[in-house]
Amino acid sequence: MCLAIPCTIEKVDGLDAVATVAGVKRAVRLDLVENVRPGDVVLVHSGFAIQKLSKEDAAEVISTIVELGEKSGW
Amino acid sequence: MEHGAGGRMSHELFERVFSSRYGNKYLDRAADKAVLKIGRNRIGFTSDAFVMSPRKVQGCSLGALSVFGTVNDLLTCGATPLYLSSSFIIEEGFPFDELDQIASDMTSAARKCKVEIVTGDTKVVERGKADGVFIVTSGIGSVARGVEVSGSNARARDRVIVTGSVGNHGVAVMIARGEFGLSAKVKSDCGPLSDLVLPALRKHGSRVHVLRDPTRGGLATVLNEISIESGVAIEIDEKSIPIEAGVKAACDLLGMDPLYMACEGVMVLIVDKRIEDSVLRELRRRGATRAAVIGTVTGSPKGRVIMTTSVGGKRYLSMLKGMSLPRIC
Amino acid sequence: MVGTGFGDPELVAGLATKIASLGIRDAQLMEVCGTHTVALAKYGTKSLLPDSVRIVSGPGCPVCVTSNSDLSLALRAVKTSGVTLATFGDMMRVPVDGVSLLEMKTRGFDVRTVYSPFDALALPSDKQVVFFGVGFETTSPGVAAVLREAQRRKVNNFSIISCFKLIPPALRALLEGNDVRIDGLILPGHVSTIIGTRAYDFLVEEFNVPCVIAGFEPIDLMLAIYSLLKMIEGRKAMLVNTYTRSVKAEGNPEAIRLINKYFEPVDAEWRGLGTIPKSGLALRGEHSGLDARQKFDLKPVKIPEPAGCRCAEVLRGAALPTDCPLFSKECTPENPVGPCMVTSEGACAAYYIYG
Repeated sequence: MCLAIPCTIEKVDGLDAVATVAGVKRAVRLDLVENVRPGDVVLVHSGFAIQKLSKEDAAEVISTIVELGEKSGW
Repeated sequence: MEHGAGGRMSHELFERVFSSRYGNKYLDRAADKAVLKIGRNRIGFTSDAFVMSPRKVQGCSLGALSVFGTVNDLLTCGATPLYLSSSFIIEEGFPFDELDQIASDMTSAARKCKVEIVTGDTKVVERGKADGVFIVTSGIGSVARGVEVSGSNARARDRVIVTGSVGNHGVAVMIARGEFGLSAKVKSDCGPLSDLVLPALRKHGSRVHVLRDPTRGGLATVLNEISIESGVAIEIDEKSIPIEAGVKAACDLLGMDPLYMACEGVMVLIVDKRIEDSVLRELRRRGATRAAVIGTVTGSPKGRVIMTTSVGGKRYLSMLKGMSLPRIC
Repeated sequence: MVGTGFGDPELVAGLATKIASLGIRDAQLMEVCGTHTVALAKYGTKSLLPDSVRIVSGPGCPVCVTSNSDLSLALRAVKTSGVTLATFGDMMRVPVDGVSLLEMKTRGFDVRTVYSPFDALALPSDKQVVFFGVGFETTSPGVAAVLREAQRRKVNNFSIISCFKLIPPALRALLEGNDVRIDGLILPGHVSTIIGTRAYDFLVEEFNVPCVIAGFEPIDLMLAIYSLLKMIEGRKAMLVNTYTRSVKAEGNPEAIRLINKYFEPVDAEWRGLGTIPKSGLALRGEHSGLDARQKFDLKPVKIPEPAGCRCAEVLRGAALPTDCPLFSKECTPENPVGPCMVTSEGACAAYYIYG
């Protein structure tokens, strides 16, 4: 029970922001996240940004899986 | 209220109220069209009611839709669209300028499709008795010899082709309604399909087995309808279904599925395997750049649509149940 | 999802191969999140796993676990004159004693679907807006933020019916109940984004269950399943976080702070699990002006479950949808008897629609 979509923040105005994904824009609230800047990728759930997504952590998980594949040759 | 959304509940409504009364040999199970024999000629005959709220969305107006919708319906019974009637039920106080614009949109649309609006009627009802304006268009066209198009005609090993990206109209309407605060450049795909479909029928005749436009209920619903009517299974490949990124994103955000969103300018063709490449080539040559083969007809399980997902899994693609509502789960 | 890198079919296929090569003879995993139920189904995950690995749904569908008496509060509110009821789309079709909010809407009652609770605050102010709040920890912080904003704007026509619930107490109740086999738990990635990883330590410390916090994209799902099966194979119970790009050990402190400012944990009734101590959220006393239950004196009505319906067992993972005698016969998505079939993330609906 947690439909949340990664979106890019386009505009920030206090606690209000515009989030965009593939050209679709929606107003989102930033009450739950701090230091959000245009360009940040956040998870949006029911009109609220609930977390900033970490590109580094994402990349690390993918590369771990790729390594797993290389090591065991799937 | 859910009954107009297309999909399973519309079937039920039709069968419960109309089929039992109108039941005759012409009334196609999908119901809003019929092919009649008059003398030695076969005539395609269809009728549709158009209610659009709001009346104008990006890429589509009520007037244009009321013409293109009926033209496309005629194409689905293999008919070359020829003549339309158009009747209006207008709410008292409806702005004349807007009515004029609707009529003008219909005239342009008719010209584009090479059909003529030859008769019609207008009724004005009291304020509050109609949501602005309702338009009903009926159309007739001629079905050429050798054309045998029907929802019950799909056969094992046939190939399933779509002429363009799906879900645009439904998403454009949803965005225009403004209920969910989305803005996007998603344009309705509303448009006539004569130039894509008629050449295929002329060239390939009875090797074109099924033609269906995925309007209310979307692609998933028409594929299910066809699999039931033809007593076959349809296997499709999710990766091959053309969907615009903006349509997918809007649906992702709201927890909806593009495969259930209405199209008003896309045709599904189910064709003999032997003409697959030729049909696809012609479609693309005529401007349907995103036309694609999306699947195959098989023998069983009858009446079911099975989809291979974008990551290689397999699951059913079922018929739409009621209206699509956004979800947060 | 549009281009996030976690949908690469090659990596998914690779993980499927790794899973198969573990040679697991028999394992039953449980997910406790409606969004996971749908994600697993729509990607066709079952078909990518060996038959010996089964995934059952637990009580993770907030619509499904909301009791009839809680739902009756919403119906009561709708019938109150001068009230506009705002709700998430998920709730609209659940029948309570045969009537759903959608039906109430067609009968002329003022029911609005909103995507965001913030949109409910923007509804016309000539009526009393009541927001029907159903959901878990992913959703309640946003509603708390809306309440803060309502106070800031000195709005006096806005209130909520809080039926929010908490996941960790439900997990405890599930495991203490001990009537369902759970070899490993797939934990909800977005609830975890809010509450953090430490909230789940008790699962390993007290119950010795392998757990993985999982995201919702194909690679997330396969990686989580693989990690769980590896732990099961190695007979090692740990808590593993594979959704590191979103879930931190401390969760989202600001969100937690907001929940605690406006809500307090109370005992709550869950369909399928009975009353679970401190598993629901009620508005704190100092915010009673925002509490629709008090404002409109809404009293819950006890409504019995429909005869034959086995939603309660399905929600605990104690029965499969196909074990219910009504499944696909009297109970279908068009004519649902119980909530597990109504809402698309209910286990029964997912089974019916996706296979």
